[in-house]
Amino acid sequence: MSTEIKNAKSQTPEMSRRDFLKRLGYASGIALAAGGLGLALHDRKGPSPAESQKALTGLGDYTLKTPAPGAAKIAIVKGTDRKIMFERGIKALGGMEAFIQKGDRVLIKVNAAFATPASLGATTHPEILAAVADLCLQAGAAQVLMTDNPINNPDSCYEISGLAKAAQASGARIITPRPALFAPVSLAGGKLIRDWPTMTGVFPGVTKVIVISPVKDHHRAGASLILKNYYGFLGGRRNVFHQDINGIITELALLLKPTLCVLDGTVSMMTNGPTGGSLSDLKDTHTLVVSTDPVAADAVGVELLGRTLADIPYIQMAEKTGAGRADYRSLNPVLLDAKA
Amino acid sequence: MRIVTVRRISQSFFLVLFLWFCIAATLGAAWWQLRGWPINWILELGPLTAISTILATGTLFGSLTWALVTIAITLFLGRFFCGFVCPLGTINQATGWLARRRLGPDARVEANRHRHAQAWKYYLLFFLIFLALTGSVQTGVFDPLPLLHRSVNLALLPLADSHLGLLSDEPRGYASVWLIGFVLLTVVGLNLFFPRFFCRFACPLGALFGLLSRFTPWRLGKTADTCGDCCLCEQYCEGGCRPSGQIITSECVLCFNCMDGCPASRMTFAHKPSAAGEVGLPDLSRRGVILGGAGLLLASMWGMGGLAGANNNPLLIRPPGSLDEDRFLARCIRCGQCMRICPANIIQPALLEAGIQGLWTPSINYRISRSGCLPNCIACGQVCPTAAIRPLSLEEKQGLGEFAEQGPIRMGTAFVDRGRCLPWAMDRPCLVCHELCPVSPKAIFTRTVFETIRDGQALPGKLQETGVDLDAPLPAWVNLASGDYYVRGVGQPETALRRITGAGGVKLMVDRPLDKEGLPEKDTRVDIVVKLSRPYVDAAKCIGCGMCEHECPVSGLRAIRVYSENESRSRPGKMLI
Repeated sequence: MSTEIKNAKSQTPEMSRRDFLKRLGYASGIALAAGGLGLALHDRKGPSPAESQKALTGLGDYTLKTPAPGAAKIAIVKGTDRKIMFERGIKALGGMEAFIQKGDRVLIKVNAAFATPASLGATTHPEILAAVADLCLQAGAAQVLMTDNPINNPDSCYEISGLAKAAQASGARIITPRPALFAPVSLAGGKLIRDWPTMTGVFPGVTKVIVISPVKDHHRAGASLILKNYYGFLGGRRNVFHQDINGIITELALLLKPTLCVLDGTVSMMTNGPTGGSLSDLKDTHTLVVSTDPVAADAVGVELLGRTLADIPYIQMAEKTGAGRADYRSLNPVLLDAKA
Repeated sequence: MRIVTVRRISQSFFLVLFLWFCIAATLGAAWWQLRGWPINWILELGPLTAISTILATGTLFGSLTWALVTIAITLFLGRFFCGFVCPLGTINQATGWLARRRLGPDARVEANRHRHAQAWKYYLLFFLIFLALTGSVQTGVFDPLPLLHRSVNLALLPLADSHLGLLSDEPRGYASVWLIGFVLLTVVGLNLFFPRFFCRFACPLGALFGLLSRFTPWRLGKTADTCGDCCLCEQYCEGGCRPSGQIITSECVLCFNCMDGCPASRMTFAHKPSAAGEVGLPDLSRRGVILGGAGLLLASMWGMGGLAGANNNPLLIRPPGSLDEDRFLARCIRCGQCMRICPANIIQPALLEAGIQGLWTPSINYRISRSGCLPNCIACGQVCPTAAIRPLSLEEKQGLGEFAEQGPIRMGTAFVDRGRCLPWAMDRPCLVCHELCPVSPKAIFTRTVFETIRDGQALPGKLQETGVDLDAPLPAWVNLASGDYYVRGVGQPETALRRITGAGGVKLMVDRPLDKEGLPEKDTRVDIVVKLSRPYVDAAKCIGCGMCEHECPVSGLRAIRVYSENESRSRPGKMLI
């Protein structure tokens, strides 16, 4: 650092006075600036207990605003080939074009919870992801995104479940849940989702949301279907909500209103859920549900697991909040058989 | 009056005032106790605290605005604070003077020669300022005002008072305070090597004042370039600022000893630079800047351990009203005022509980001293000069009035260690924790069980009108007549339990006649049963005050302990929904 050397002797009285006035000016200026800044930043009261963050009130409503009159809300397709089953099902609901328009940005929420192979049925099957993503793009979607905030580390989950490969093959973009994507959400009227870190960052620009879930046993919740899959939008130490599992799933049903739900019961995990881990936990139930109503889809899933609505309280609790219809039969579901 | 006399009076005044404030930082209503003494005033005068907390938080809390006064005076006059006010500077000056009483002038001048190492304090200052910019306020570790407060509050005063008992009835103690004392002794001891060693080479506050002295209109200097070269001006130069030659203005601590010492009166405090020329700052080398940068790199790794988040230390309990860990470390200057004021003496200087970045920050230890955190006390937050511990009202602490909805401030949650708890593991009635729980309704509740005691199973004996005569003497290790022990026939229900009211030899007396229903005439056998109330914690009500942990009779590792789980201040620590 250079050091300035000043010498009074070499200065004339005039220079010396000017120099003094200059320093007086600098000192006064800095003093005023420091004092002003200090007072401007003065905080008499002290900090608030928690850092105030602006919280969103939900993830949004992506349901079709003007569904075709008389269109079916739910199709239940029997079969073994997921692609064919989905194509038949979506056709019954008016075709993919009824849901996805040209230029739509579609977010597909899969269940990628665990880093286990697709054959164990703990995650959304890559075949159904591919079938849905392909049809979205065929219908003119500008972009298809796939995401989940899984239990195990995301990249391993996507890779080992085969979802990454399927997404890449279809041209869907995988969104890995980075911390920056999470922001606090306080659900309007929610008791549990208060200031809770939620994956809001994937939604800007998204125009349609499709949820694809496997059918699984879940020891705490009774069943893991469409609504339980929304848990994967939550961040933070979300497992505290297991203290009120039915309450949190009911709130999740209000957090997001998807455009379309695809419940894949081609194979269902009957026991040892939601992780499974053995082929003996699985059963061929040969059913795929395509529905605009997540509650109705879950009600079908409950039957695939051989349970009743009484076993899974959150379904009727979600119905009471207006998230859908638990008595799916009253929606006149389209029953199809796509068995070859 | 000579200016150096004025300086000595000022130094003495501020040193005494400082010590007085340390003494007055005692909770109580007597004239010499806390009541209204501005015990933080000297801390608040220090601009390093003000600047670092502004950089870390964007705000200047409460009375830290006093620093603006210090800054303004420094801008016009120079390091008056070092020469006239700083109590640690006074202590350093006094010890340095004492150590050199017998030295000759040459040795004194040599000791006060300017040294390149005086640039080190600037590197330390830059390091601390950049750290503050990253949100980590570490100034208090080195800033002389918190340093001296901490040392006197936690080490010297308790030591001095331990036998006098003037400030507290019981000696106050602080864990690993030896380290704090060691640092102070080192700072003072280094004056044996150079006068005002700490001030010249290490003090970041002095460095800050040095930078602020850049444009002082008035300054010390020579009236003539040449003089007798006697260097008597440097005999007692406290700053090591080279007044005999080109004075280094940032190093001048305004001790005025040069002016006082010059036999020819060639030193003045005037509105123009020294006639011999002057230099603004010591030479700052590239090496120092690189070292500072390396330090920052190292410090940036502190956060990677996640101590403020997922890897938080559950044993780190912060005082009530403390901010979440990140915001806490953006404010705490480790002055020890909260530890000094806490009437329970449970607020302790952390060693590594909060990581190296939390050295000497307040951490609560419920095992030592007098009690847990008193529900009706808010002293720590009220004395905290930077609001790292928020100034709570009693209403907010207890969750009353407008704070009813959010409930009381929780410092953590108590957990029962069933392997160590007397009624859980040892068949001993106890329940001290339940008794001391200050929450209403109590956060600790109980479930009562009757357990047949060891050596008390199926004892043969004869039933009498008033009790039982056993065939063999009773186990002598327990007082069966204490009211907690019962007897009943083997196989009988709880309704048949009779309280033992007297026991001696083979005789047991009971409070009511025994229930003989279902018992055989001959070969009657009885069980001796203890009534145990076992504690449970209702986590939704527990405030983590630690009364239970403090009082637990399992005196080593307590059988009920508070962990930071569910503390109000922390989002990652949230346990209940």
